[in-house]
Amino acid sequence: MADEIATAEPSTTTTTETLDKVVIRFAGDSGDGMQVAGSRFTDASALFGNDLATLPSFPAEIRAPAGTLPGVSSFQVQIADFDILTAGDEPDCLVAMNPAALKKNLKDLRQGGTLLININAFDERNLAKAGYESNPIEDGTLESFRVIEVPMDELTQEAVKNTGVSGRSVLRSKNFFALGLLAWLFHRPTEPTIEWARKKFARTPEVAEANVAAFQAGYTFGEATEAAKITFEVKPAALQPGTYTNINGNTALAWALIAASQLSGLPLFYGSYPITPASDILHELARHKHFGVRTFQAEDEIAGVGSAIGAAFAGSLAVTGSSGPGIALKSEAISMAFMMELPLIVVNVQRAGPSTGMPTKPEQSDLLFSLYGRHGESPIPVLAIASPSDAFDLTIEAARIAIKYMTPVLLLSDNQVANGSEPWMLPDVSSLAPIEVEFAKHPNGRNGTFLPYMRDIDTFARPWALPGTPGLEHRIGGLEKEAITGNVSYDPANHQLMTDSRAWKVANIVNDIPDLEVAGDEDADILVLGWGSTFGSIRAAARRVRLEGGKVATLHLRHLNPMPQNLGDLLHRYEKILIPELNTGQLRKVIRAEYLVDAKGLNKIAGEPFKISEITEKIVEMTK
Amino acid sequence: MTAPSYTRADFQTDQEVRWCPGCGDYTILASVQQFLAGLGRPREEFVFVSGIGCASRFPYYMNTYGMHSIHGRAPAIASGIVSTNPNLSVWVITGDGDALSIGGNHLIHALRRNVNMKILLFNNQIYGLTKGQYSPTSEAGKTTKSSPHGSIDYPFNPVSLAIGAEATFVARTLDMDRNHTQSLLQAAYEHEGSAFIEIYQNCNVFNDKAFIQLTGKEERVSNRIDLEEGKPIVFDQGAKAVVLRDGQATIVDSSTVDPGAILVHDSTRPDPAMAFALSRLSHGPYGPTPLGIFRNVSRPTYESQLNAQVEAAREKRGEGDLAALIASQGTWTVKDPSSNGG
Repeated sequence: MADEIATAEPSTTTTTETLDKVVIRFAGDSGDGMQVAGSRFTDASALFGNDLATLPSFPAEIRAPAGTLPGVSSFQVQIADFDILTAGDEPDCLVAMNPAALKKNLKDLRQGGTLLININAFDERNLAKAGYESNPIEDGTLESFRVIEVPMDELTQEAVKNTGVSGRSVLRSKNFFALGLLAWLFHRPTEPTIEWARKKFARTPEVAEANVAAFQAGYTFGEATEAAKITFEVKPAALQPGTYTNINGNTALAWALIAASQLSGLPLFYGSYPITPASDILHELARHKHFGVRTFQAEDEIAGVGSAIGAAFAGSLAVTGSSGPGIALKSEAISMAFMMELPLIVVNVQRAGPSTGMPTKPEQSDLLFSLYGRHGESPIPVLAIASPSDAFDLTIEAARIAIKYMTPVLLLSDNQVANGSEPWMLPDVSSLAPIEVEFAKHPNGRNGTFLPYMRDIDTFARPWALPGTPGLEHRIGGLEKEAITGNVSYDPANHQLMTDSRAWKVANIVNDIPDLEVAGDEDADILVLGWGSTFGSIRAAARRVRLEGGKVATLHLRHLNPMPQNLGDLLHRYEKILIPELNTGQLRKVIRAEYLVDAKGLNKIAGEPFKISEITEKIVEMTK
Repeated sequence: MTAPSYTRADFQTDQEVRWCPGCGDYTILASVQQFLAGLGRPREEFVFVSGIGCASRFPYYMNTYGMHSIHGRAPAIASGIVSTNPNLSVWVITGDGDALSIGGNHLIHALRRNVNMKILLFNNQIYGLTKGQYSPTSEAGKTTKSSPHGSIDYPFNPVSLAIGAEATFVARTLDMDRNHTQSLLQAAYEHEGSAFIEIYQNCNVFNDKAFIQLTGKEERVSNRIDLEEGKPIVFDQGAKAVVLRDGQATIVDSSTVDPGAILVHDSTRPDPAMAFALSRLSHGPYGPTPLGIFRNVSRPTYESQLNAQVEAAREKRGEGDLAALIASQGTWTVKDPSSNGG
């Protein structure tokens, strides 16, 4: 293929192919700036009006050894002229900044796809580090792809030579060269990227100008070179009219906590210990102190949740966040918050486990842990976020439930939701429903006594009386409490009553959450049920089945405890039920146990999301 | 508004106090209740937070706000309370197992941050609620149910630990000496920031007379070193004195040194070295042991800095605007195709 391009007839005109969607993956060394390049391409596409979805993939190491396979970092984006649901299965275009990036990602590139290679990085040393015995550019490995060979190091050096950067800084701009070339190849607007670079590097104007120069050089290379005479165009998508921003799940979640603080009038307290991939929530919140946000970087995970419980007792909208290993450490305290009946949001940005596992990879393996992973009888509400933008709505929902029912709530996210991004139509903030908070102000018992466990007749919640309120002095604790008075009690009948009351309170939330609606073909034989971040893959797979003439219904759970009231009815309407999960079948186990249906699983534990094709094939296989 | 007039009874609850008869905890409870009544501060402004252990039942007996929480975690919980509402007076009740074993991490971090909480460590040098195992302050060699051949754990010196953890207020007292206890409670209350008081507390069931050298009528005369601010450190009716020798605090016969060489107690020294040196005069209550305030210095509190950052951010950027926040990463607008003709 490389030869073919080299000997092709010189062409003076550029052909433009119009595509409805395209998947692009930037891959390079973790120091090559691939996340930046990908994000810039995404933002330019967003401003252009495409629908899009992204999925970054990076090593847990901050700087794995340069040029090695573990050091490869990548960023995948799908852009489309219609509403897409995932970042796509196979890239149509791969940017490989070095041999390791090529080696790690080539297997995913679609046959006939476009491959942009930085040939300057393909020297003997880098080839050896990547484990190539011969140079893949020369040995026929790339025959089935359209290869654009670019001496990216040389051209970047040339482009930035008059901008004032020197030494190692020179080659740092090569991601912008690649970005410029892609901007030309995919007809992206150039202004947003140039503006961004000048703003981002305003304090180091020489770096800003080097990046702009490299970007423009990449664009010009595209126009001038004979190797790339086909370009691609993806028209804007007909999205619902409105104002959009491109958002990832961690940011949406942090903003929603601030929103919930405003909607409830409670100051926000976030107690947390840094952990991948949840730390960005802490970082984002720490930037917004003018909203009255108080962040507490605790000495450990237990202190993170402990401080949040203290903050809840004193009247904050209290939140703690972590990933699986940290949630395990918080487990005892979550049970206590359940026992004390204090409002608390616990965010679990799941990673691939067990133990440290694969901290930067997505997995849904903490569902059973969330539902059942506490000592004693302690059923707490569990919610799971379906997509980056859903993080905003569902986090506010978690706050509403926690406050209204005086209970800890577990909010599940995962690495795909947390770091993946998609366009989000900004809500009108004035239309967000207020979260009602009613602090106890007066004694509720006879003779001016305060009864901290006197329950509300509708919600079964106990009153929230803040320290500092005269006349309502009371004690709460982890010991079993007498109903109504809250005094310590070892009475057998009381323990039964309190256990039932706490469970009933949480189960009763079912009356306060929306019924599920089947999407797709209600009259299909097969129902695909999902939860969490598999939302996009499942919906996209169902769409593909329908395009090929099949019928399929889908359902997605955001409330995992309690589950929506009509779920059982819906499940029993379908002959076949498929539950795809990025675990070994945790929801399936619950569904089979609770609803006695013969649900089948599609399970993947690979540290990566489902490919749409994997789900499509399973649906087709089950409906044969 | 006039200050409320309270008696000790106003700080008692209707709950039956359930410590063993003769437990030192009763005396400490009475000291604290009496002290609070005397302050004249509205009862609702006090919060008592505890962990797990005999001492940690304390909040149930205090007619204030209270939380009986998880083993070792009270300082973390108290940090959240103080951060949310700095106008409260927050007290942590803990024991040697709770504070120094399972909760060691939270204790040292609360102290270094200088969160405004008053930590009362009831040190009885034994695990009482679990019925008599050795604790992190039990003497080496102690024979207990879990150490039938003698404990091989080297004990903590809680005062040394607190000073090493950058605490701004560190003191030690005795359960039986109510006046001394109350004077330290007063000083801790007045201190801005975290205050740590080790209270030697007798467990008459599992470790009786552990503090006899300091409480016994005769023993205490020769062993109790009262640290008094601005005064030379002497004890045993003036027969013994503390001097600095070879870089460490050392007990000498007063008659053998120049009176000018005797250490004059100053708990406000910015450098903690002298306070630490004094804490090393004993490693447990087995001989001459200092009581009183070792260290009392001023440093901005955690919550005052936390709130100052919030205020500074508001001054600089104004009250947070949610609509502006969600549009802050750049936006684009999709127009209604029907309204612009196409």
